[in-house]
Amino acid sequence: MRIVKVEQIKETVKQAVRAANTQLPEDILDGLQKACAKETVPRARRLLEILLENAHLAQIENMPLCQDTGLVTIQIQLGQEVSLTGGDLYEAIDQGVREGYLEGYFRASMVKDPLERVNTGDNTPAVVHLEMTPGDQVVITVFPKGAGSENMGRTAMLKPADGWPGVRRFIIETVKIANANPCPPIIVGVGLGGNMEKACLLAKKALLRPINRSHADSRIADLEAQLLQDINQLGIGPQGLGGDTTALAVNMEVFPTHIASLPVAVSLNCHSTRRAVVTI
Amino acid sequence: MTHILRAPLNGNTLQELNAGDEVLVQGTVYAARDAAHQKMIAALEANGELPFDIDGQIIYYVGPCPASPGRIIGSAGPTTSSRMDAYTPALLQRGLKAMIGKGDRSLQVIEAMKKHGAVYLATVGGAGVYLAQKIKAVETVAYPELGPEALLKMEFEDFPCIVAIDVRGKSVYLTPDI
Repeated sequence: MRIVKVEQIKETVKQAVRAANTQLPEDILDGLQKACAKETVPRARRLLEILLENAHLAQIENMPLCQDTGLVTIQIQLGQEVSLTGGDLYEAIDQGVREGYLEGYFRASMVKDPLERVNTGDNTPAVVHLEMTPGDQVVITVFPKGAGSENMGRTAMLKPADGWPGVRRFIIETVKIANANPCPPIIVGVGLGGNMEKACLLAKKALLRPINRSHADSRIADLEAQLLQDINQLGIGPQGLGGDTTALAVNMEVFPTHIASLPVAVSLNCHSTRRAVVTI
Repeated sequence: MTHILRAPLNGNTLQELNAGDEVLVQGTVYAARDAAHQKMIAALEANGELPFDIDGQIIYYVGPCPASPGRIIGSAGPTTSSRMDAYTPALLQRGLKAMIGKGDRSLQVIEAMKKHGAVYLATVGGAGVYLAQKIKAVETVAYPELGPEALLKMEFEDFPCIVAIDVRGKSVYLTPDI
């Protein structure tokens, strides 16, 4: 049994939220650069250049990429041979978020009650997903996500008869309805199968996969590529102001489902897709 | 073409702006988002008064990050404007002349803009550091208890926008065919 103190988890979360909010991941930077080189609409190209300049400024100024430093989702993949000691894991995670956000001068965007809407002041609590894995490692993924894109996510319980055409229609429709709101160019995360909550979790998991990596199953990878092409033909463009670059990637994850179900969830992420993965 | 828009706005300058034109905003702009809008509308309903004279003003939909030591403001890009749609016609009626944000507006807002001769400007969502550099002064005007949602007064210098919807209601956004 490997012993890991929750204090170490707290410290890791704190450093990871600081890094994630100020440094755009390599794959996203690369995706923006490639899109900028290919974009044929001058205004769209100029907007992509501003986004690249913003990423550069964020890093050198040590300022958050976006003022919406998001609701923090934290995925913990906990090795079965790890024993966590020294306190409550969830409290440690929230303390890491709290210290990271206060010390980083990041915006506190969480309200305590959805109806009374009083700010908690420190961006806690985080949404935590805990997953058991074989081995003795702890893999922590922090995923701060802004509400501009989060608010445009949709889920549908389609009929098996709807098949891929129905799924495709729903995904494209979601991108059209979202239009400029999720800050395109977007990353489209699709969760297909499972039940209602599983489809949503898969859509989020899809967003965590680097955008330069297609699905391991070539059939799914082909569907991702086809969807990306279709979405980029919509003409929404960067900031919804027109252009060839509406999405940088479509990432899809699938799971077995019930004989009567065809659940699909679509989670959109802005161009400022922020994530950090740390292994303890 | 690029226009210079000096706030507060007066005269007929807005008539010259067409959807798609580029604009650099200079001068005083008020910053408010969801919670500050809710409070402003409640204040209007209660006693007909707002915490500032809104006639000819611009509102920027933003909730900035706190300023770190040595800075006047943290990252400060636009938030999604459509969440303010429900509150906007009442403010346009009181003389609000321009809004800065991101994303499309409702038909009711566009109709009110046409009626009162107002424009809607889009700026770059997610370019929070880049845009913060165009903000030269910040002070809290009202609702400090709202934290990042407080009503602020800002001084802009060459703040880049695109006319997304002009005074005639012409828009740069696609209408989704769903």
